[in-house]
Amino acid sequence: MSKKVAFLQGNEAAAQGALYAGCNFFGGYPITPSTEVAEVMSIELPKIGGKFIQMEDEIGAMAVVLGASLAGAKALTSTSGPGLSLKQELIGYGCIAEIPCVVYNVMRGGPSTGMPTGPSQSDVMSAKWGTHGDHPAICLTPASVQETYEEVIRAFNLSEKYRTPVFVMPDEIVAHMRERVVFPEKGEIEVLERISPTVTPDAYKPYDTSCGDVPPLAAFGSGYKFHVTGLNKAQDGFPTTKAELVQAEEERQVRKVDANVDDIVHFEEYLLDDADVVVVAYGSTSRSARFAVNIAREQGIKAGLFRIKTFWPFPDKQIKALAGKVKGFIVPEMNLGMCSLEVERNAQGKAPVLGIFRVDGEPINPDQILAKIKEVK
Amino acid sequence: MSRYELRFSGAGGQGLITAGIIMAKAASIYEGKQAVQSQSYGPEARGGASKSEVIISDGPIDYPKATTVDALLAMTQEACNKYTHDLKKGGILLVDSDLVKTLPEGNFKIVSFPIINTAKNDVGREIVANIVALGAMVALTGQVSRENAEKAVLSSVPEAFLELNRKAFSIGYDKALAASA
Repeated sequence: MSKKVAFLQGNEAAAQGALYAGCNFFGGYPITPSTEVAEVMSIELPKIGGKFIQMEDEIGAMAVVLGASLAGAKALTSTSGPGLSLKQELIGYGCIAEIPCVVYNVMRGGPSTGMPTGPSQSDVMSAKWGTHGDHPAICLTPASVQETYEEVIRAFNLSEKYRTPVFVMPDEIVAHMRERVVFPEKGEIEVLERISPTVTPDAYKPYDTSCGDVPPLAAFGSGYKFHVTGLNKAQDGFPTTKAELVQAEEERQVRKVDANVDDIVHFEEYLLDDADVVVVAYGSTSRSARFAVNIAREQGIKAGLFRIKTFWPFPDKQIKALAGKVKGFIVPEMNLGMCSLEVERNAQGKAPVLGIFRVDGEPINPDQILAKIKEVK
Repeated sequence: MSRYELRFSGAGGQGLITAGIIMAKAASIYEGKQAVQSQSYGPEARGGASKSEVIISDGPIDYPKATTVDALLAMTQEACNKYTHDLKKGGILLVDSDLVKTLPEGNFKIVSFPIINTAKNDVGREIVANIVALGAMVALTGQVSRENAEKAVLSSVPEAFLELNRKAFSIGYDKALAASA
């Protein structure tokens, strides 16, 4: 039997990916350029007994997603820059209370309302530093419509596996462009379910780490009662200021991601074996980069592409390894230098890092990247 | 690698993004090629210059936007002024002859006929001008077959308007061939 295919927009594929992953709750507030996700979910969720709620604003939308997840739902919200800013307080709450959910954020121009219909990649730092305090951060940056579909599934899996909010951040170009999507059959892509407690309700502690760094999470309404707070908490979920407990809990929450980077960090290496110049790119910009790398190769320049699929945790190890081998890195991005800071941090002065930064609402074109590749001597 | 770039431009509300989507769908779903459709538009729901770009290739498509355009449709003078600068030498420019009076100079083939008036008078509804234009672009570019393009049109429009759109596509296709002969 031939597989089902469709010609879809990135945002539509994101919604379909969420449904494949078992998403049964969407809470959101419409905002360009992410609204199509809400549109599709509002049509599809009622058909499978799921719930769609358009809230009064983005803060409410994030709150309802956390609540739904605590009640056992796989919950999604979609937004863009201004909405992301509003959600940040509750994203922090999701991190400390360890509530799985997926935040799909389409990057448009900013700060503030910026350029609503223009593409951007300027929210990637918000995924890690947008909410205050030390906390784990996972952020995926897909580059095609098919990959958006698949990365949304992976985001749900990671959020359940590590019991934490996960971001998917396509730029506006990826979110709004249309390509053919080949839908996987049921079971073809792994879908992870939440780790539920095996103890009885009276013995249950919501942050019991006796089985590892990710405590099993009971669903409200299933007979388990527990306390949830944004304060630092003990294993029973109630607030504590006990120094050694707080220290250990904070470290554990960050360690959930830090100790598992090899599981979480996905990337693509293109023509890197003999590359003198490596373009490090993500999202739609990585497609310009591949185009430029191909032309450079035709002209006899040893260029390659390191394509970031998981932006957070950042592929530190991989960039560090490349830094010792290459003559230079090129980092094109639709912001004034965010990924380039991370590449510089990992290059540790061993290779120069040349940025191409564009915030005028236009994509970085292959010619710009090719010209920069030629600057590396 | 064959890479063919099309741009559908005009005013917001003329249905040009839809025309681009149908062209890309025809190539990607029915013709067995690869295609990417993207768009850029202003904050206005109606009016303002709008463009939809389609890249068609036999292989994977990296950069999803146009680099040098092989075929361009301009449905307004503003769009023609704004979006024809990167039209390829030897490329094709299709314009609505009633709305685009000042044509750019360059080494490309210009085809013009009254697209909106064709929709209004020959098809019977102005609203299908985008499908008339699509039919014309399919005929002029040869990137997808007439049959596959028609399938893409019919699978993209509401059932009540199948005949109207079939007619619009067909008339646009034939008029473009006649106008370019």
